[in-house]
Amino acid sequence: MEYFLQQLINGITLGSIYGLIAIGYTMVYGIIGMINFAHGEVFMIGAFIALTSFLALAALGITFLPLVLLIILAVAMIFTALWGWTIERVAYRPLRGSFRLAPLITAIGMSIFLQNFVQITQGARVKPLPPQIQGGITLMDSPSGIVVQLSWMQLIIIVMTVVLMTAFSLIIGKTSLGRQQRACEQDRKMASLLGVNVDRTISLTFVMGAGLAAVAGTMYLLYYGVIDFYIGFIAGVKAFTAAVLGGIGSLPGAMLGGLAIGLIETFWSGYFSVEYKDVAAFSILAIVLIFLPSGLLGRPEVEKV
Amino acid sequence: MSAVAQTSNAAPEASSRELMLSVRGVETFYGKIQALRGVDIDVYAGEIVTLIGANGAGKSTLMMTICGNPQARSGEILYRGDDITRLPTHDIMSRSIAQSPEGRRIFPRMTVMENLQMGALLEDPKHFDADLNKVFELFPRLKERRNQRGGTLSGGEQQMLAIGRALMSRPKLLLLDEPSLGLAPIIVKQIFSAISELNRSEGLTVFLVEQNAFHALRLAHRGYVMVNGRITMSGTGRELLSREEVRSAYLEGGAH
Repeated sequence: MEYFLQQLINGITLGSIYGLIAIGYTMVYGIIGMINFAHGEVFMIGAFIALTSFLALAALGITFLPLVLLIILAVAMIFTALWGWTIERVAYRPLRGSFRLAPLITAIGMSIFLQNFVQITQGARVKPLPPQIQGGITLMDSPSGIVVQLSWMQLIIIVMTVVLMTAFSLIIGKTSLGRQQRACEQDRKMASLLGVNVDRTISLTFVMGAGLAAVAGTMYLLYYGVIDFYIGFIAGVKAFTAAVLGGIGSLPGAMLGGLAIGLIETFWSGYFSVEYKDVAAFSILAIVLIFLPSGLLGRPEVEKV
Repeated sequence: MSAVAQTSNAAPEASSRELMLSVRGVETFYGKIQALRGVDIDVYAGEIVTLIGANGAGKSTLMMTICGNPQARSGEILYRGDDITRLPTHDIMSRSIAQSPEGRRIFPRMTVMENLQMGALLEDPKHFDADLNKVFELFPRLKERRNQRGGTLSGGEQQMLAIGRALMSRPKLLLLDEPSLGLAPIIVKQIFSAISELNRSEGLTVFLVEQNAFHALRLAHRGYVMVNGRITMSGTGRELLSREEVRSAYLEGGAH
């Protein structure tokens, strides 16, 4: 029981990170019908910017932890968002209106480019960050020696995810910006006839997705303590899986899918074998898609012409 | 016969009115296919002008060209004296032009209310409640359905919503593309009398594209006939209605 609870906590933490990244995939797909394969790299860049700004702050002698965290989070979000905006502007916008595969292939190219760019500029070796936030709440302390603990870091990740996702759902559901995004998603031509600047709205969608990926990257850095130029690939594939599992295009679906993938992976590692955790996650994806082709919360796809 | 019929009498004196929309020699292409072949049309402030023509004549293309999507390859489009030919669509629409497009294009997964809010995007939020009430007065049906998703509305309700949404931006010029398409005659009558009411009470300028030539020409002050991307005839609604070519091409069987 204790072991199960501990795995549950670990799984929710991991799932939160996947969920935050998955939103970027799902929103971009929703609005322009394209899988942004470079999104995993955006997450990775977010982690690197967080690390860089952390080291910069340390060099400046700023060590008050809450302040440091707040600053690196803000810096990571702003600069990663800038990356997201630039990627869309440079690589995807010129291809809008060309055949469907063109932006997809470009996205894969962008992904490889970004990986190599970071590898060259930051070096290929893993970058460690000593744990900054230690300790936590001991929830259960059984005589058998198994302790159920919710670390502060896990608590921060979960709370942050809940807050961001709530805020996000409100933005999409209730604000004028969110309505414009949904309008572009449903009928871009009509949206422009109502005065929506479609290009700007699409840019903003990339910016928002990148901002959330930056939060995920910062959390990943603080939680695992090591990053390298390659973390974006596997996390990106997982988050993409989460988005598909939840129903691509659906915001709650991305959150649910993220949680599901995180939990499956953690429980599989906990009870069976660590080696096959990815196999487990992808097998479940395959099984779900056989019975629910549009994912857990997705709408049945109507082919756009 | 109905309230609709009476308005066609008062043809406004064009000379004294502001030229609202002027389309000059516009040619539009889809790829290599030419859809408009030098179209000239004038719409004066306060007028209802209709464009009739067969399916595929280029009527909707002209509507969309006015809104900049697709843009005209040659010729020019002036709105209140400003050249809008090369402006992006959202800029054009921010000049108090609104379109209720072909096929209505309601956002299917947004509520009626959200669709109307989208219509009011460019308008000062201060006016929202007043404008909303006006639309609900014009189409009480929308009020009943305000929390329903657009995709679940009937065709007639969707058309009302499309017009209501266009009105939410307080347009000076309303472009209406086939508002009668696929609707029961009683609904068509309702919608046409709403248009005529807006024109009379608020001086709203309307450019109306229709296949339903009989109703459109009775409603409009002036009309144009389009064939194969060219304007072939123009005149007051009455004149056109009485012309043999118009009667045989567009009214046979359709008039009732």
